[in-house]
Amino acid sequence: MSFLLSIPGAIAQGILWSIMTLGVYLTFRLLNFADMTVDGSFATGGAIAAVAIIRGIDPLLALLLALLVGAVCGAATGFLNTELGIPALLSGILTEIALYSVNIHILGGPNVSLLNVGTVFTRVTSALGCSATVANVLIGLICTAVAVVVMYWFFGTEIGCAIRATGNNEYMVRAFGVNTKSMTMIGLILSNAFVAFSGGLVAESQGYADVGMGIGTIVIGLASLIIGEVLFGSRFNFAYKLCSVVVGSVIYRIIIAAVLYFGLPASDLKLLTAIIVAIALAVPTLMKRIPGKATVLDEQKTPVSK
Amino acid sequence: MLTIQHVYKTFNQGTVNEKKVISNLNLHLAPGDFATIIGGNGAGKSTMLNLIAGVFPCDNVAGSSILLDGVNVTRQPEYKRAQLLGRVFQDPMMGTAADMEIQENLAMAYRRGKRRSLRWGITKQEKRIFHEKLKTLGLGLETCMTMKVGLLSGGQRQALTLLMATLKQPKLLLLDEHTAALDPKTAQNILSLTDEIVTRESLTALMVTHNMRDAIRYGNRLIMMNEGKIILDISGEDKKRLSVEDLLEKFGSASGSELVNDRMLLN
Repeated sequence: MSFLLSIPGAIAQGILWSIMTLGVYLTFRLLNFADMTVDGSFATGGAIAAVAIIRGIDPLLALLLALLVGAVCGAATGFLNTELGIPALLSGILTEIALYSVNIHILGGPNVSLLNVGTVFTRVTSALGCSATVANVLIGLICTAVAVVVMYWFFGTEIGCAIRATGNNEYMVRAFGVNTKSMTMIGLILSNAFVAFSGGLVAESQGYADVGMGIGTIVIGLASLIIGEVLFGSRFNFAYKLCSVVVGSVIYRIIIAAVLYFGLPASDLKLLTAIIVAIALAVPTLMKRIPGKATVLDEQKTPVSK
Repeated sequence: MLTIQHVYKTFNQGTVNEKKVISNLNLHLAPGDFATIIGGNGAGKSTMLNLIAGVFPCDNVAGSSILLDGVNVTRQPEYKRAQLLGRVFQDPMMGTAADMEIQENLAMAYRRGKRRSLRWGITKQEKRIFHEKLKTLGLGLETCMTMKVGLLSGGQRQALTLLMATLKQPKLLLLDEHTAALDPKTAQNILSLTDEIVTRESLTALMVTHNMRDAIRYGNRLIMMNEGKIILDISGEDKKRLSVEDLLEKFGSASGSELVNDRMLLN
């Protein structure tokens, strides 16, 4: 029974974190850039939003501020990678580790509490007289819907198409006159803006920002993303894929709630998440080793002959 | 249309692996020239095309210059030169984006050299244009424009790349052994398609090939390279009268060595 009671909370969490997952989907799947920055920028978003609210800035404006600072974090990684030629993975790690110190500076300590301070969530609970969970779901859904619409629109535009193509085949895109460095930059900026915004939402929702709140964000993002892909496949159009990412994030939270209910210590969650991601990423490779399956997969990959 | 003057290219400069690939290269192509390029392995054929396309810069030597349609592109980055160039690569995978639709690939090509904005990436009117253009390939691709390019065969992808490279008329078309990875029959189809497009659109083109017969059959000019230099440049009636034996002999006398290349001899 208590597991069922924890489901609404898990759904709310999943929705709030799904905007981060959309950001990870953008870099990991569309841009083909494993961006570790998110571990830092998620916490930065939370820190900025929390400190802004404490300083008396409107909670909604605080979220936009988090979004802007997240964009700057993405630009930092983009600069390291495209201008200084540092490999993608390392660029992200450098920004992430730098942000850890930056976040402590922003917070002025390891954490900031939003107790007894108004957030976008307390506003909704007092205005509608609903529970905190309902407020989380409501605001989460609105923000996620906006994020999905923005992404759907953006990746249909000329620049969006060029970013997708950059993730697919850099050589070809350059041959058609696209500056692939700029495209990588734009992708990272947009992704980290989403991630930091999500961090801000989570901080406001849980009532505090903590310097450690971003640890493992990339893995959670990947887990959510892969759960969505495994369950929904890559059928239909882009909007369907974006929605599957959001649902994947929610299902991830439900899985976490379930394993916690069955007695897994909370400290083992990161281990569990890592295992989920490792298995999911290994499946395509392992499938090839099964003799019967191998031919099927290879046939699918072999192009249709003329 | 293309003027290359005193261009050098050294890889790994200043290291023990230093390799001079192109040395004092000079070449002029008049508008409408369709030149085939042959030469042994390591002759610098692909390097020359990559220098023209700006994949890497040429050595910083005084007097070096590459002019495309009167524009000095010597120091321009690859993506800027792209507005003047159409390119088809040896690897059919390189010219297209596998996870994107056929029409999305064409839309990328249709915007070659144009600044990308937040306008919609593909319009209804463009889809109609692409439909008509795909019909000219005769492969039936116009019936599946929303199919992912990754599902096409090597030959189909190369035909599509050729169409994409010439969708916006390029000042110069660079073909880098674009049929080498295909089976012989498909290779011939792509070659005749290439000839058809180059003739119809009266394009200026450079085509690297390993096949001497193809080098003789197509184009109005034949360029032979060896050790980073052009050692033979035949055009017009002289080219039409060439035979494979002539080429082998001319290579011997011009380079002082035999043209040793199994792939060329077997073809």
